[in-house]
Amino acid sequence: MWDYSDKVKEHFFNPKNAGAVVDANATGEVGSISCGDALRLTLKVDDESEIILEAGFQTFGCGSAIASSSVLTEIIKGMTLDEALQVTNQDIADHLEGLPPEKMHCSVMGREALQAAIANYRGEEWRDDHEEGALICKCFAIDAVMIEEMVWANKLRTVEDVTNFTKAGGGCAACHEDIEAILEKVLAEKGEKFDAAAAPVKKPVETVAAVKTPLTSVQRIKKIEEVLESLRPALMADGGDAELVEVIGNTAYVNMTGACNGCSMAAMTIAGIQQRLMEVMGEFIKVVPASEMKKLVNIEMA
Amino acid sequence: MTDIYLDNNATTKVDHAVVDAMIPYFLEQYGNPSSIHKFADGVARGIKQARGQVQALIGCEHDSEIIFTSCGTESNTTAILSAIKCQPNRKGIITTTVEHPAILGVCEQLEKEGYTIHRLPVDKCGRLNLDSYQKMLSENVALVTVMWANNETGTIFPVVEMAEMANAAGVMFHTDAVQAVGKIPMMLADTKIDMLSISGHKLHAPKGIGVLYLRRGVRYRPLLRGGHQERGRRAGTENTASIVGLGKACELALQHIEYENTQVKAMRDKLERGIIEAVPHSFVTGDLNNRLPNTTDIAFEYIEGESILMLLNKAGIAASSGSACTSGSLEPSHVMRAMDIPYTAAHGTIRFSFSRYNSMADVDAVLNVMPSIAATLRKLSPYWSGDAPVANPDLAFAPTYS
Repeated sequence: MWDYSDKVKEHFFNPKNAGAVVDANATGEVGSISCGDALRLTLKVDDESEIILEAGFQTFGCGSAIASSSVLTEIIKGMTLDEALQVTNQDIADHLEGLPPEKMHCSVMGREALQAAIANYRGEEWRDDHEEGALICKCFAIDAVMIEEMVWANKLRTVEDVTNFTKAGGGCAACHEDIEAILEKVLAEKGEKFDAAAAPVKKPVETVAAVKTPLTSVQRIKKIEEVLESLRPALMADGGDAELVEVIGNTAYVNMTGACNGCSMAAMTIAGIQQRLMEVMGEFIKVVPASEMKKLVNIEMA
Repeated sequence: MTDIYLDNNATTKVDHAVVDAMIPYFLEQYGNPSSIHKFADGVARGIKQARGQVQALIGCEHDSEIIFTSCGTESNTTAILSAIKCQPNRKGIITTTVEHPAILGVCEQLEKEGYTIHRLPVDKCGRLNLDSYQKMLSENVALVTVMWANNETGTIFPVVEMAEMANAAGVMFHTDAVQAVGKIPMMLADTKIDMLSISGHKLHAPKGIGVLYLRRGVRYRPLLRGGHQERGRRAGTENTASIVGLGKACELALQHIEYENTQVKAMRDKLERGIIEAVPHSFVTGDLNNRLPNTTDIAFEYIEGESILMLLNKAGIAASSGSACTSGSLEPSHVMRAMDIPYTAAHGTIRFSFSRYNSMADVDAVLNVMPSIAATLRKLSPYWSGDAPVANPDLAFAPTYS
């Protein structure tokens, strides 16, 4: 079974705003029955102020799909439509205290239903360009469709290319065989053959710095501090905080304080911090509670 | 509330008697079976006894036809790779669309390497067409590999008949019998089955032990070389405690096989009937007249399997689902797709699988909660309205993408 946060379980077992809103004036329907997810979001919007007075959901889906729908209705109630449009799928996941990478699409579905409902209210047509494939890279949550598109668009030839352009395969490396299979397939469609030793494609501009010159320790520490700083408001909202204690290689030792310390969610929070760090820095970072450092030191002295 | 375990096709509890039989091989007779000292002098006897116990359960002619492996997956891989290595001129394999991934995954890989994989389809009840099977058999086929019983629906395939047909055509026959062994009686000596896979943890032995049955005289190439163990057919120091445990588990399974097909079957039948009567828009999948006695796979329309499992789990009941979400893939189970079960039902399939440790009280407990679980989730479903599915699901609910 999935390692769901308590928040996900809370919203699944006691969903908020389940069912359709009576006399709703906005409806958004998204989903894919073949994937086992479908969501209808109904809103009652105040015509004058554009404030969402009521929100209700009907969902066919797994535990995290129902929890994502439920928490979405709680987030947007009381918001204006413009404010609601700022809600990202990451916001939904954050409110649920994180989702397993395979389940992030549930939060995406929530955001899309919201966009569809607002478009419906405003008489616009909402077009979805989102297509989802099987999850390939679990470290960075990259799916097969995304990798295929990047391989096509950028004429990628090797696993290293794919990692440079999408981050897929840049973590634990367990998905490299699957990435090779995608490369083989796409290259065959183009009448070419996959060659593991092919010369690398010129790297995308934005990751040149990160890839060509690996971060120095000082740069890495600065970056980690920046990311922690950006996460701090969310942690402090829950009465906690996180402090960077030491960085050794690609391992960051973090001291969880306040309400985070000893909280059953600490492990989940640490996983969330690690995820964010890897996204921002484009390299594999392991976040470990500072309490683990003692063990490390002991081993080194022994 | 005591927890109720109805996921015995996934894995089983190790029988106490099995644990007791194993302990001396951890603490006393822990010597390497190849050694000549008192720490090992009883090990060979223990292994020999276990071989005999497995032999008795599957009814094979010689105990030397039993090769101990690390799991069912290893047995399956060994059987397939052995068959193609022995017969390099034969480039085809016949299998079915509903095999376990341990078979399908190997076949997909061989397909990439140039082999032709013939996959027999199933009908809506999960049955094979033996006429199409007959047409597939040819001298280009190295191996037929067909499961004895399906892990999801419990549907039993006519492997004894299929092995006869393969044998008549001069083709080797392997069956993945991990779900069947110990649940239905078998007498391999009277069949033309050449190879058969067993997994210990499906019949109350520990995880990490399996068997490949290899009929005497069938051509064979080992997967693991470099040791004399198992007469050179599977190198690697014997997992003695688990081998002894598996032997004991086979002995117990043989003793209980009638109980399995009467008492356990009665529990399964009562649960199945009770659910179908109490929950509208639910149906049993698979071949109802030809199934394992312990398995039922029920599709609940318009709701999703993982949600059902989470609510069952909250009620202390363990089962499993063919839904996509429980596995992290996007497609529902390949078995449901092969039987052409519609997506609205395939995502809501729940498998209840019993063992001799279950009781009628367990059945009552599930019947107590299942109707309200289905009703709760249907209340959330956009495909459901009031106490029935929406009149025209396609029109009433049209998601922007699908």
